[in-house]
Amino acid sequence: MIVVEEKLPKHPDTRILERFDDGTGENIHPVLDRVRATALKDFKRLGIPAGKNERYRYTDVGKILDRPFVPLLHPHRRTFKVEEIFRCDIPTLDTLAFTVLNGFFFEEQETLVELPGGVLVGGLRQALKQVPQLAEAYLDKLSNTVNDGLVALNRAMATDGFFMYVPDGMVMDKPVQLVNLLKDDEDIMTQHRSLVILGKNAQAALLICDHALSEQKFISHGLMEVFVGENSAMEITKLQNEHNSMTDLSSLFIRQERNSRVRTNTISLHGGLIRNNLHVSLQGEGAENQAYGLFLIDRQQHVDNSVFIDHAAPHCFSNQLYKGVLDDEATGAFDGKILVRPYAQKTEAFQVNKNILLTDHAKMKTKPQLEIYADDVKCTHGATVGQLDEEALFYLRSRGIHEYEARMLLMYAFAHEVIREIKIDPLQDRIHELVDKRLRGELPRCHTCLVDYNK
Amino acid sequence: MTIKDLHAEIDGKNILKGINFEVHPGEVHAIMGPNGSGKSTLASAIVGRDYVSITQGQILYFGEDLTVLSPEERALKGIFLSFQYPVEIPGVSMVNFLREAVNEQRKYKGKGPMSPTNFLKLMREKKKLLGIDSALTNRSVNEGFSGGEKKKNEIFQMAILEPKLAILDETDSGLDIDALRTVANGVNALKKPDNATIVITHYQRLLNYIVPDYVHVLYKGKIIKSGDKELAFDLEEKGYDWLKEEYENSLNGSL
Repeated sequence: MIVVEEKLPKHPDTRILERFDDGTGENIHPVLDRVRATALKDFKRLGIPAGKNERYRYTDVGKILDRPFVPLLHPHRRTFKVEEIFRCDIPTLDTLAFTVLNGFFFEEQETLVELPGGVLVGGLRQALKQVPQLAEAYLDKLSNTVNDGLVALNRAMATDGFFMYVPDGMVMDKPVQLVNLLKDDEDIMTQHRSLVILGKNAQAALLICDHALSEQKFISHGLMEVFVGENSAMEITKLQNEHNSMTDLSSLFIRQERNSRVRTNTISLHGGLIRNNLHVSLQGEGAENQAYGLFLIDRQQHVDNSVFIDHAAPHCFSNQLYKGVLDDEATGAFDGKILVRPYAQKTEAFQVNKNILLTDHAKMKTKPQLEIYADDVKCTHGATVGQLDEEALFYLRSRGIHEYEARMLLMYAFAHEVIREIKIDPLQDRIHELVDKRLRGELPRCHTCLVDYNK
Repeated sequence: MTIKDLHAEIDGKNILKGINFEVHPGEVHAIMGPNGSGKSTLASAIVGRDYVSITQGQILYFGEDLTVLSPEERALKGIFLSFQYPVEIPGVSMVNFLREAVNEQRKYKGKGPMSPTNFLKLMREKKKLLGIDSALTNRSVNEGFSGGEKKKNEIFQMAILEPKLAILDETDSGLDIDALRTVANGVNALKKPDNATIVITHYQRLLNYIVPDYVHVLYKGKIIKSGDKELAFDLEEKGYDWLKEEYENSLNGSL
């Protein structure tokens, strides 16, 4: 077989733009088109974050984008039915499920789905047509605030994604599930963006599952903006279970109003390279944010969690707990920043990052940062990188538990501190099971994917 | 169990300098001695802590050399240590931990896992036998337990696992009199003709409740005196100094 090396321009940024060029001019919707035009300028100014960029110090995005891939600007024609290739294997999980396939909302009906109480769920393109006033008021109002070339690239390229609107006073009894599927014959790069709006006194839970159903070297960047109104509560759980050739980039932006409560759980079970940006803006007094993360990686996988919590109002509370278990030659990074603005008095902000290295070759970089401009605050941070507790290991062994099982119990316990924060019960049980399997090396991919691979 | 001329060191420092004694089924031995005499090191050597290296001598258990076995193999053969400082293991529930331990033991004996119903029944019985608060088993292993709760939990594990040889390392330290009684009553309730107990303690107090058949005094890595329970009373009354003196004199005399 003759391998034709693609001739690459010297500067990866211009190369990327050239590759996308034919898609950026297309008119989708005036609101989205305006956003994309602005973002394109931002991207040209910012470029792809390289090694010298402090926030991307441990994950070289330029290198990832420097290899051949096909930017997907329009959905490829499907040769399969989604329901035939994918079935969520959380059988007891009673959710309202929606699918984004290769970055495009998978539509079963033309209009947004209207649920009891006026909840609207569907594709972003459809939302722009159907409820333009909502979309215009919120779209790109968070993601435009950061100087991040990768985010700008998504804003410039993404033309579809997921949309959800929960009106004032609406308490949803079932979680909404968003399944991001990737399946194609080519090494595609997908960009999608989503918008989630909760009014006042509302409550909702969102489960996001990232799955790759074929073994191509996919690059996927999902951006999501979440607006949580006064006195509302939201739980977002993200489950990343993919394969070793996969690059999964995600940027989650959350803005919280007065007395709102948000909890995020980011669970990374498998993926070649994973980079998760979490950007939380506490804009109203008394807002509370809990950010939990857990990753379990081996071989040459890489997971980088970058968290930024912006305390922009007084009396807010934030807590971060991120934990990682790294085996073989896996590498990981955690970069957590807490910013307390001058008027954000009585802030309470906490951050803990704990990691276990199972081999001498696994590496973890952790960088806590506090930037405090108010004088009456309570902030703490702590980070550890170590091995399993030898004392605990001996204690278990001295009761007749074999070393392997004892290690499993301890690793499971380590992970449990994060998993117990998932409040959707069947999901918590399921993740417990997945983590157990993952730790025992019995979960190369999720079951469903295996079924599909074997076809 | 027979210990013959046992020498052991930690970080290159000689701690045990020739220990000899035998324990037979049905016996209770007390090992007493001042701080730093090597009591805990002896316990650690028997259960197989890797920081204790045995440089000379043997530990034979039913004729078999213990020192080549892993800690879990020793446990499965019926050796149990009640730790001086039981470690807290957040996230590992007492129930999961004990079920794992019980089932490993059953597997070792060629039996299948215990049914959840029988396991819960077993826990209930043992709690009742020891008079232990039932909430203890709803928590993570030792997490947030008071000193007394931790020691009671050790005895509870002992009751569940039914060892042939139990070593209680300073089980009385830091206990108030009520907790001490609970722990001692538990140990006595578990006593059978075919199991043996080694009680390691600094004070005679615990031996009022757990009455030993033999008392050994450990000093500078050697057993310098053995006797019956009366020896413990002598020590309580007169302290260790007279024994130390006697020992040092005997050394000088032999020179």
